[in-house]
Amino acid sequence: MTLRNRWRKTLSYFMLSLTGVCAVVAVSLLFLILGILVYNGWQSVDWNFFTKLPKPPGETGSGMANAIVGSLEIVLLATIMGLPVGFMAGVYLSEFGGKTFAFLIRYMADLLNGVPSIVIGIFVWTVVVRRYHFSAIAGAVALALILIPITARSTEQFMSMVPQTLREGALALGASKWRAIATVVVPAAYRGIATGMILGVARISGETAPLLFTSLNNQFWGGGLSDQTASLPVMVYTHAMAPYDDWHRQAWAAGLVLLFGVLLANIAARLILSRGIAVQK
Amino acid sequence: MKKSSFWLGAFGALGILLVVAQAKVLINAAGATFPYPIYGKWFDEFTKVDSDAQINYQSIGSGGGIRQFTEGTVDFGASDMPMTDEQIGKVKNKPLHFPTVLGGLVPTYNIPGVTQELKFTPEALAGIYLKKITKWNDPELTKANAGVKLPDNEIVVVHRSDGSGTTFVWTDYLSKVSPEWKARVGANTSVSWPVGLGGKGNEGVAGIVKQTPNSIGYVELIYALQNKMDYGSVRNSAGTFLKADLDSVTEAAAAAAKTMPADFRVSITNASGKKAYPIASFTWLLIPSKIDDPAKKKAIVTFLGWMLKDGQKFAGSLGYAPLPKDVVAREQKQIALIQ
Amino acid sequence: MATSAAVSAPPRRGARAFVRRLRSGDEIARLITLAFATSILLVTVGLVYELWSTSSLARQKFGLSFLTSSTWDPVAGQFGALPFIYGTVITSVIALLIAVPIGLGAAIFLAELAPARLSSAFTFFIELLAAVPSVIYGTLAWFTLVPLMRDYVDPFLKKTLGFLPMFSGTIFGYGYLTAGAILAIMTLPFIISISREALLEVPVEQREAALALGATRWESTWQAVVPWARLGIFGSVFLALARALGETMAVTMVIGNDPSIHASLFAPGYAIAAILANEFTEATGDIYLQSLVCLGLVLFLLTIVINALARLLIIATTRRGSAHP
Repeated sequence: MTLRNRWRKTLSYFMLSLTGVCAVVAVSLLFLILGILVYNGWQSVDWNFFTKLPKPPGETGSGMANAIVGSLEIVLLATIMGLPVGFMAGVYLSEFGGKTFAFLIRYMADLLNGVPSIVIGIFVWTVVVRRYHFSAIAGAVALALILIPITARSTEQFMSMVPQTLREGALALGASKWRAIATVVVPAAYRGIATGMILGVARISGETAPLLFTSLNNQFWGGGLSDQTASLPVMVYTHAMAPYDDWHRQAWAAGLVLLFGVLLANIAARLILSRGIAVQK
Repeated sequence: MKKSSFWLGAFGALGILLVVAQAKVLINAAGATFPYPIYGKWFDEFTKVDSDAQINYQSIGSGGGIRQFTEGTVDFGASDMPMTDEQIGKVKNKPLHFPTVLGGLVPTYNIPGVTQELKFTPEALAGIYLKKITKWNDPELTKANAGVKLPDNEIVVVHRSDGSGTTFVWTDYLSKVSPEWKARVGANTSVSWPVGLGGKGNEGVAGIVKQTPNSIGYVELIYALQNKMDYGSVRNSAGTFLKADLDSVTEAAAAAAKTMPADFRVSITNASGKKAYPIASFTWLLIPSKIDDPAKKKAIVTFLGWMLKDGQKFAGSLGYAPLPKDVVAREQKQIALIQ
Repeated sequence: MATSAAVSAPPRRGARAFVRRLRSGDEIARLITLAFATSILLVTVGLVYELWSTSSLARQKFGLSFLTSSTWDPVAGQFGALPFIYGTVITSVIALLIAVPIGLGAAIFLAELAPARLSSAFTFFIELLAAVPSVIYGTLAWFTLVPLMRDYVDPFLKKTLGFLPMFSGTIFGYGYLTAGAILAIMTLPFIISISREALLEVPVEQREAALALGATRWESTWQAVVPWARLGIFGSVFLALARALGETMAVTMVIGNDPSIHASLFAPGYAIAAILANEFTEATGDIYLQSLVCLGLVLFLLTIVINALARLLIIATTRRGSAHP
């Protein structure tokens, strides 16, 4: 083998193993992140964390019960507001859409998808908070605005993957178009749609920036949906940046709980999808 | 099956929360981070005094307090910088300033290897923040700290990134002791800093200084105490190097208390008096002069009364100085002005 | 009426025909879903309108010089966007410089070399990285990355490359480089996942042809397969760039919050998203607030342009599936 060929071969082995290293680095990042969070946070995730309210700085024994419930409230509300809209929009795009209008909607949805969440927060501030003050509802609106385009596009994507023959079969049997959609197409695509929805909800439950000027934060339980509400991501942020060691522990714990929830939802969603999209051939 | 019972449970929980929540009088306040440790304690203690009232205080900085108060998104605000006439003009209900406690700003630092307490001259502090003094072993610093071996390291300057009354107090002091600072930068809640990293809130500045070697920042005394951070003494107008504590801060207010204007807006930085700490300040609650909701008005009035009597007792243990007696008396009269 | 969905009778005009169509559930369904879809349009238009109108004072006062001025002085009422645009762009560029080589390498491995099951498993974990909330990346960066950079990485860079202006100056730990590093970790999964898919689309004949001509495995990958997928790879890079530009929490926590421009990468700086997060609730005074909203508008436009480019590139790959020299 000539010297040049030997060099080429060596280079080949070297570069290819380098790509392997890159892949291993990328994968291990996830475990590194989880590991650091667990290492720093697991001791603080105790009963107090889930049941007590935050205490004034410098005092021990506080918890984040209000943030956990607050996050659930805001995300739930956002889901109620956003999922149906996104789903219906997706159905329109996939089943009823004409050429130009559907293209426009699709383009706008992609645009919205790309808008940084903090800009969405500013928008909701100008429209909602300025008139109705900081509230969980404002926070939920902001999150819903993030959820809608994600859900619309993923619903459209999975519904358009359903083969045309299914629709035609239903119509041939005498169903009207909407009935065909509701009873045949949607169930056929439901795994994908559900996955998209779960991933979307998981994504918004981790968002912090839009909540910073919509639902703000709260020491206590707050007055329900029209009042400022605590949320886990905002708590992680404020507690991490504080100088109190006790608050740092709380931040790690909150981060761990948040990450756990988000990852669990993601894994569940992907497992549902990987079971296969329920389309009969 | 599982899905519907989940939704039922969720709505049920929401409903319960809504019902429970409405029973209380919920008051939202926001503002200064300077007094946050004691406000946090007060609002927590106040729920024991009046179990129906819940005052939720968000420490977003004095700038935020003034802004949210002006826009009416909170029921009352808090600020270490009294509102200017221009700012007051923008508010529909003229705000009443209620001083709550006195605090002192300390220069806190983190220098590896230096455990002794440092002495700072006004020129040193101004020079550091003007980027004219860049190393810890600068002559201005070494000549005031004879026995200390200051390293040849670059100073990492930390200031506030948000609109802060604490910044106002600090820059107000620097403007009084350094004509160059006054001309170049000025005093306000948010200024154009010649140098430095920005931290959000007193908490952020303390956090950065604590984690960054060779850094210096300005924080309210309690933040340095609670986090066991080093802080130095500052030379006052009479020439004495003083550390911020109950006595020196109270002394700073003593001279001002006699000449305090009727609306309580006064600056006590660089106060005269041998034992007066030079970087001290009142901090105020911004209460609207007219509160429409009777339940909220009752709760706020009760809180103010409690704060002026029992609340003051908590000040000392948290590193703040309680208000001078004649100031308290005048404030109690001002409570009656709230309609 | 048994009509196939693909071939339906053209809708007849006229109010009477409309009402008749309304009787059938189809038209109602169409109108309902149309209404929801239109809401997306309304929201987008509303967003642009609000951003535009709430920044009107600032735009009138500063005009285009807003984009080139580097003063940010709330006391004097002078605001300029340049330091923030600089910080946003620099940190994103640093992020890409770190993430693209690693990401492309990993994508090549997963698409070309790894056995299918390993590739799927690895991709699964990598895509989970994309789901980690930004504030958690920020917390990790604040506690773990900053000391790492300050105590090990930055001094090393300063020692070896200190002659370059980029790597000289005081080391704080907070600054452009650290922000760029955490952004790199956050954008990595996007680059890997999309590049991998682009590479998988490349017809196997490409690689086989190169191998048949005597290329080594690496040569066939690098010179025959990757160029074919380059549009999709560029698309992934632009997508990652768009995400990096808008990333808020992680950057806010480590960039140092200094509204000025520095040549040194060790120096603290500021990014548009970061100053919005820090100062929005506190901006006292109309011009201050409106300048911040104007910054938001700038960020919005920036991300739209980059996103549009990204989508064009990705669509180009999946539709044509070929690279033009």
